[in-house]
Amino acid sequence: MREFLEGSRVVAEIVKLCKPGVISAYPITPQTHIVEELAQFVANGELNAQFINVESEHSAASVVLGAVATGVRAYTATSSQGLFYMAEVLFNIAGLRLPLILTCANRAISAPINIWNDQQDSVSLRDSGWVQFYAENIQEVADFHLIGYRLAEDKAMMLPVMVCMDGYTLTHGIETVDMPTQEQVDKFLPAYKPLYKLDPQEPITMGHLADPDYYMETRFALQRTLEDALDLIPKITLEFSKVFGRNYNGLIEEYRLKDAERVIVAMGSVCGTIKEVVDELRAKGKKVGLLKITAYRPFPYQEIYGALKDIPKVGVLDRALSLGASAPLAAETKAVFFGKKKKPQVISSFIAGLGGRDITKDAIKEIFRLLTTKERMTEFIDLKPELLRESY
Amino acid sequence: MFGPLIIKPGTARNNKTGSWRVESKPKFLQKNCIGCKMCLLICPEGCIEGEGKNTYHCDYTFCKGCGSCAEFCPKQDIEMVKEK
Repeated sequence: MREFLEGSRVVAEIVKLCKPGVISAYPITPQTHIVEELAQFVANGELNAQFINVESEHSAASVVLGAVATGVRAYTATSSQGLFYMAEVLFNIAGLRLPLILTCANRAISAPINIWNDQQDSVSLRDSGWVQFYAENIQEVADFHLIGYRLAEDKAMMLPVMVCMDGYTLTHGIETVDMPTQEQVDKFLPAYKPLYKLDPQEPITMGHLADPDYYMETRFALQRTLEDALDLIPKITLEFSKVFGRNYNGLIEEYRLKDAERVIVAMGSVCGTIKEVVDELRAKGKKVGLLKITAYRPFPYQEIYGALKDIPKVGVLDRALSLGASAPLAAETKAVFFGKKKKPQVISSFIAGLGGRDITKDAIKEIFRLLTTKERMTEFIDLKPELLRESY
Repeated sequence: MFGPLIIKPGTARNNKTGSWRVESKPKFLQKNCIGCKMCLLICPEGCIEGEGKNTYHCDYTFCKGCGSCAEFCPKQDIEMVKEK
């Protein structure tokens, strides 16, 4: 049924439909509405789950780790500093091969403290072994939670999935969303059947010491499993489309790339703005397009190669930095083409929208304008030079 | 794909830690033993067995030769002797 809802409310409703047994989270802006709603559902008896209040994000992540380890579907959500505080546990959840969904309400990182949107938090945790989906709009947020649980709990995967939604733009924005019914969700997402679990009747040890004789194989298995997920994700999204009627390949989305000469690569809600600009410029006869990256981990090298190999000028828009080096998405997009015969003449790197600075349609047009044969390295868009000085 | 992750109980038996001994091993004299069980309780490998006075002995397949049993024995009834 189509409903006009706030993004956070949508996440809470979808999580409720997924019937988790344990939810644990610590409130942090802009994730708060999600877990407030879920706490309300549990208190009202609408959701038969334990909502475990904790003193920190480290504890929240530890609680859901323990819950999944005992064979229960679990859920948590966080943002920014909270995600970093969870970091140690997040690597553990992946290393222990526990399927879990975490919603990351993307927010900038301190210092200086800033509660607004960019993607530095989740992008910084790209090496944690979690699948990362970046949603463009609230419908995608809803759908990728469902796809996420199916993927995470697949017997070949058994890995956690992070659904990244831009703070405020998507968490507090209101859109018309096609909300699924319980029957649809039950059909697509059966009850969680763990491959292994902590059970006093049949004791096992999880997270034991792995000395140099054993450790490398656990990491190799993680690497292979995530690479294999590039084949598994489109299979699951195909099943998703059969139940819900919406088609994703789950890895990338090509938007007006046919015959395009200048293309922006981006992730998250900014893709909506870029599509609008692309439509406007196309109407004026400019050959422009967008490549949206939905799955940042695993990184879809082949799909990106196929989409961009014939595009002369590519600009990668990062909303995060790898300070002192190329921006993360730009570096990896360039890596796709190393040693390849067919490739763009130029791949430029642009930074925009850090700490919640609006990425306006004009900012997108500026990026298209700067997409010339001259390569741009981490070019900041809409920077205010009047706030900068060379010496203190 | 999965690496070595989930461990069923009892697998420590597969690690024959007796091979770790380098210098000395405990010798249970079984003369002045009062059956206090201190050696059995203190052994990090749990490889000491016995029931009652002057019955305690260890399994050298697992004994690492740490010497804790000899150190803690209140009757000095366990001696560390050179490995042959």
